[in-house]
Amino acid sequence: MELTTVWFVVIAGLWVGYFVLEGFDFGVGILLRILGRDEPERRAVVTAIGPHWDGNEVWLIVAGGATFAAFPEWYATLFSGFYLPLFAILVALILRGVALEYRGKREDLPWRSRMDTMITIGSVVPALLWGITFASLVRGVPIDARHEFVGTLGSLFSPFALLGGLTVAMLFVAHGAIFLALKTTGELRHRANRFASYCGLAAAALAVGFLAWTQGLRGDTWSAVVAGLAAVALLAGLVANRVGREGWAFVGTSVAIGLAVASLFVALFPVVMPSTLDPAWSLTTANASSTPYTLKVLTIIAAIFTPLVMLYQGWTYWVFRKRVTVEPVQAQSLTPPHHPGQAQSLTPPQHPGQV
Amino acid sequence: MDTLDLARWQFAITTVYHFFFVPVTISLVAITAGLQTAWYRTGKDKYLRLTKFYGKLFLINIAMGVVTGLVQEFQFGMNWSDYSRFVGDVFGAPLALEGLLAFFLESTFIGLWIFGWDRLPKAIHLASIWMVVLGTQLSAYFILSANSWMQNPVGFRYNAQRGRAELTDIGAVLTNKVVLVTYPHTIFAAFLVGGGFVAGVALWHLVRRPGIDTDAFRTALRLGAVVVIVAGAGVALSGDQQGKVMTQVQPMKMAAAEALYETEKPASFSIFTIGTLDGSREVFSVKVPYLLSFLATGHFDGEVKGINTLQQAYEQLYGPGSYKPNIPLAYWTFRLMIGVGMASTAIAIWLLWATRRGRAPTKWLVRTAVLLPLLPLFANSFGWIFTETGRQPWLVFGLLPTASGVSPGTTGGEVLTSLIGFTVLYGALAVVEVKLMLKSIGAGLPDEPAESDDSDKPLSFAY
Ligand code: HDD
Ligand code: HEM
Ligand code: HEM
Repeated sequence: MELTTVWFVVIAGLWVGYFVLEGFDFGVGILLRILGRDEPERRAVVTAIGPHWDGNEVWLIVAGGATFAAFPEWYATLFSGFYLPLFAILVALILRGVALEYRGKREDLPWRSRMDTMITIGSVVPALLWGITFASLVRGVPIDARHEFVGTLGSLFSPFALLGGLTVAMLFVAHGAIFLALKTTGELRHRANRFASYCGLAAAALAVGFLAWTQGLRGDTWSAVVAGLAAVALLAGLVANRVGREGWAFVGTSVAIGLAVASLFVALFPVVMPSTLDPAWSLTTANASSTPYTLKVLTIIAAIFTPLVMLYQGWTYWVFRKRVTVEPVQAQSLTPPHHPGQAQSLTPPQHPGQV
Repeated sequence: MDTLDLARWQFAITTVYHFFFVPVTISLVAITAGLQTAWYRTGKDKYLRLTKFYGKLFLINIAMGVVTGLVQEFQFGMNWSDYSRFVGDVFGAPLALEGLLAFFLESTFIGLWIFGWDRLPKAIHLASIWMVVLGTQLSAYFILSANSWMQNPVGFRYNAQRGRAELTDIGAVLTNKVVLVTYPHTIFAAFLVGGGFVAGVALWHLVRRPGIDTDAFRTALRLGAVVVIVAGAGVALSGDQQGKVMTQVQPMKMAAAEALYETEKPASFSIFTIGTLDGSREVFSVKVPYLLSFLATGHFDGEVKGINTLQQAYEQLYGPGSYKPNIPLAYWTFRLMIGVGMASTAIAIWLLWATRRGRAPTKWLVRTAVLLPLLPLFANSFGWIFTETGRQPWLVFGLLPTASGVSPGTTGGEVLTSLIGFTVLYGALAVVEVKLMLKSIGAGLPDEPAESDDSDKPLSFAY
């Protein structure tokens, strides 16, 4: 395989990772005030994503950095072209990040409630806008011979793109609800489980429509197969959720979101940003890439460090599996024996020295 | 103002703002890790309580560092697309390295540290915060390599056909002589801020809340003061090295730093000048003879090239145009960086002396508590403003003028929107963050029930 292809795959993989991982914490953020009825419940909801959301967000940073390094033209055209949506995403992520970190730092309810609102807004806006951005990317935007975006804001908000936004947001909501059902206990868990069923169906309907439309616009056999598998995974996930197998349900939505994003990249390849003005002006893996030497350096670095990162990120999910999973997991060498494998209670006892 | 000016203002505002939090993160995480190590080693309660106290302040700070860093990552593509096309092949590698090696490490292990107090064995929990320390150091090194390449491009070839710089030697980029001096300087400068912060907060408590946790805060005060003094020495020594490297690679910046119009041998350093910095008239100035020669070359009678000489040389090399940065800005930021930063070291020495052998700090010392973290913080900003504006009119020295880097398709309206948006948002967040800091500082040390291994403790830092 050519190195440019390898890097196309790596970058697709980073975006897949980003959508799957940050997808559930966006979903949880959106549902924070819907599923969490009072402060202790909301605290539990936020705590469920607490140890993970920041690490998830780094997938975005690395996707951006890797695009910059491997396909500078793509990075330049994409981020200057989608200027205002990206600006809105950044503002939302700033509000969300600060709110997540700061909500527990004060003991007063109005403060926490304000932070919760910021978390919700900061989750809903990027979910919609990433959907819109990726849909527009696949559909194509006006790019001139210099590889500069020459459209207007309107060129980014086609009906197709709006459907993409809704689909992604709805998928994230279902994904987040299942994650919560997996991570919490009692009433909250049941509520999340039920909610996941309903919005999962809505997400499935939207996703099937959106992926079919994508195939119509720019698809081939392979992307159709991948999109079809995404739909199957989603339905399997929903069935698992229905019968209370939340772990499998989460695997289902993760695979579904991953494959759905992958299908967009498969549909694009070898183009990375199609031009609606003249196909010759499209950015491709060939004309947008860095030199072979740079790609070789990047490949060596990625080959060494990506497995390492996945190992320790995976480990954090294992460390925090416990207050999360409902069924006690055995083999808890890391956890002191006095935790009887119980999932964390919804109201952690207030502790005077709480920092 | 056109798109270029707006984009420059936006970059300056967002980067300087990011760099308010960065030095605090770099140093405070290391100091917190040190305190936790002390607790791990000695088992003394006061170290645990100090760890949690300063750890919480560190977390409040890093939240802002993270979200403002996000903007930095995407700003190159948004506002500086032609610059990204030009440098991506070279510059992208350190940036990708930073993300892959540093940011994953930081963000993952910080989650483990926050939520792992009661979940992880003590040693692994302690190791987690040291991994965060490692992450911040790697992050600093890689991003400074990228920035140093813009100051002194190495390890590349220019591809005229594609109109871009192409990497030929990653090793050369990562061992650029500029990054080798900039990295230690920036790290020492960061510890100047963190040490000042730790000492300042402790001092405030000792004076305002006499009798409460005196022992612990005395420890913190003296620890912070020592950090400031060591970092002060480090900053001066590394800065001296930097001056020499800078004179080699960007002589114009050194000339601008002294507003030295005509070549001098030997050259003196002016502490301050009243008059016109364009060299036409000097009303009054205090000069230290030979000092500039020494800073620039390492010899007391070395020759320092003047602005006019260099301007002529550059015109020959790069064609007609002005190659002068903003001279008054360079002159004053250089002095303020050194002066304000060294003032904080002086305060730390005095503090250490005033609290020797159990002596209590006097009431009016509290004023310095405010200055102690702020002086080095501003010194950092002055340093960066000097470094970055002193590079002008180049974006990549000798290769890409700043005006050629801006996104051609992006409109002034778009940049204005984001400029105003970020500035307003950053302003509001500054208020929230400072209030939260003050409140947390005011709350004092947390009470810690003796040993925790057998009580079912909740998540100490949880949301
Ligand atoms: C000398 C050090 C230094 C310098 C010059 C910069 N940064 Fe920074 N940055 C850090 C040192 C740092 C850090 C200490 O590593 C931070 C602070 C808070 C944190 O989590 O890491 C960070 C955070 C941080 C983040 C968020 C990481 C996360 O989510 O964990 C990003 C994306 C950037 N930075 C990107 C940049 C860019 C593109 C810069 C150049 C314009 C830049 N930083 C200048
Ligand atoms: C290490 C990574 C950094 C990179 C890659 C970088 C890159 C850049 C770029 C692309 C510009 C815009 C062009 C211009 O207007 O000059 C710029 C300008 C600027 N940067 Fe940096 N910078 C870095 C770090 C910093 C830091 C940490 C600071 C300060 C806190 C800083 C302060 C500035 C300022 C003040 C300007 C405006 C200069 C002017 O407009 O005259 N930079 N830098
Ligand atoms: C004797 C004292 C000092 C000397 C001789 C000195 C020298 C220098 C020089 C020559 C540069 C420019 C490097 C370049 O353009 O590439 C620089 C940059 C800088 N200085 Fe200093 N400095 C001193 C003290 C300080 C202090 C006290 C601080 C802050 C606490 C500080 C913070 C910075 C920062 C943040 C930069 C920009 C980043 C960098 O290039 O490292 N400096 N310093």
